[in-house]
Amino acid sequence: MALPYEFDYAKPASLQDVLVLLAEKGRGARILAGGTDLANELKQGFRVPDVLIDIKGLAELQKIEIRDQRLSIGALVTFSDIRLSGVIRDHAYVLYEAAGLVASPGVRNRATMVGNICSAVACMDSASPLLVHNAMVHCLSMEGERLVPVQKWFVDNRKTLIKEKELVTHVSIPLSSVKCAGAYQKMMRYTGEDLAAANVGVLLFADGRCHVAFGSVGPTPKRSAKLESHFKTKGVNKGSIEEACAMLPGIIKPISDVRASKEYRMHMTKVMLERAVIQAIDRLKVPTLIRG
Amino acid sequence: MKKISFSLNGEQRFVYITPNEILLDVLRYKMGTKSPKCGCDTGDCGACTILLNGKAVRSCLIFAVEVESQDIVTLEGISRDGLTPLQKALIEHNAFQCGYCAPGMILSATELINSNPHPGEEEIKEAISGNLCRCTGYQPVIDAIKHATKKH
Ligand code: FES
Ligand code: FES
Repeated sequence: MALPYEFDYAKPASLQDVLVLLAEKGRGARILAGGTDLANELKQGFRVPDVLIDIKGLAELQKIEIRDQRLSIGALVTFSDIRLSGVIRDHAYVLYEAAGLVASPGVRNRATMVGNICSAVACMDSASPLLVHNAMVHCLSMEGERLVPVQKWFVDNRKTLIKEKELVTHVSIPLSSVKCAGAYQKMMRYTGEDLAAANVGVLLFADGRCHVAFGSVGPTPKRSAKLESHFKTKGVNKGSIEEACAMLPGIIKPISDVRASKEYRMHMTKVMLERAVIQAIDRLKVPTLIRG
Repeated sequence: MKKISFSLNGEQRFVYITPNEILLDVLRYKMGTKSPKCGCDTGDCGACTILLNGKAVRSCLIFAVEVESQDIVTLEGISRDGLTPLQKALIEHNAFQCGYCAPGMILSATELINSNPHPGEEEIKEAISGNLCRCTGYQPVIDAIKHATKKH
């Protein structure tokens, strides 16, 4: 009943011990946090490690906190933790909304956001929100900390800029000095399903800027500079939203797979873009504190 | 082989495992706890749900070595002093047919009720959204949870 490969298991008591072990084992090591993706990968015989490094013993990676005008979310923070965090709701609303749509409560109780962007399956839910919030990925190794803007993080399906011997300790999001509001839309067959066939994140600022990101409609999730400059010049209104939807075929490249055809994905992405922008406009009008 | 010990349904238990063993299999075949079932083995169906430190999780996606010193409750554990009001309501509503999904459904609903004693319909649907049932169409399950949690 065990998996047909053997590997070791380590649960270091300090961050330093994790880094030492990572440096020693290199590609032979895999980090275990919630494990929801990792267990599936290992069952499929995907990159079987020499050692699993369980980081759940490190309390410092569990934190959600504001430091130097940035909201920082640790590597052990689960999607359920995000849903219970008033700080994230107030400062990273798109992420807060997306977290509630990740799979089902039984997965959210265990799956971490950092794990989600490290597995980097094209349909992940955290990417579009982190993209519109301009997040930064914090990678730590024996050589020190390396910062990677989330815009650059995703290289291909299941491929990121992480280096061997590095651990993502947390992700940070700049607090906006301008009032902003956002929305996340996800296309799925039923609530509780894990995988989005497409998703859209929008973050609208009171000064007229509008960040737009798409997931699952290309090998990597992406911000669209084209749409953002379109909204900047035309403003965000009914007409400009319609034009934006018409521009979509030149911007995203959905494929057909078991979950949806490319035509259906294209159509639904237009619908979701429109819905998300309209939601963001409405939410920006609310005087209470729904911010990014 | 590595010895791990943890609390299972209120008793301190230990077992010898290797790091490549999945918790669901260890619970079923080494500890004799048969309520968690294997439906999909990939985290989608909820049949393997257990409560880990009070939270509903998928035991098919957890390595047994991870639960050293943790607290696990399965369906066997919640009815040690007789059926819970939720379980009684499920029986009254004929909520299950084959019953394969039942342990997972009941534990997901139990987590909900523990944190939110009088949930609304949407909250109930949300709580069991990851528990797939091939037989009932869900409505009797939802009705039973509603019945068990309504304010008197
Ligand atoms: S067997 Fe674990 S979720 Fe289906
Ligand atoms: S009663 Fe048969 S699967 Fe739910």
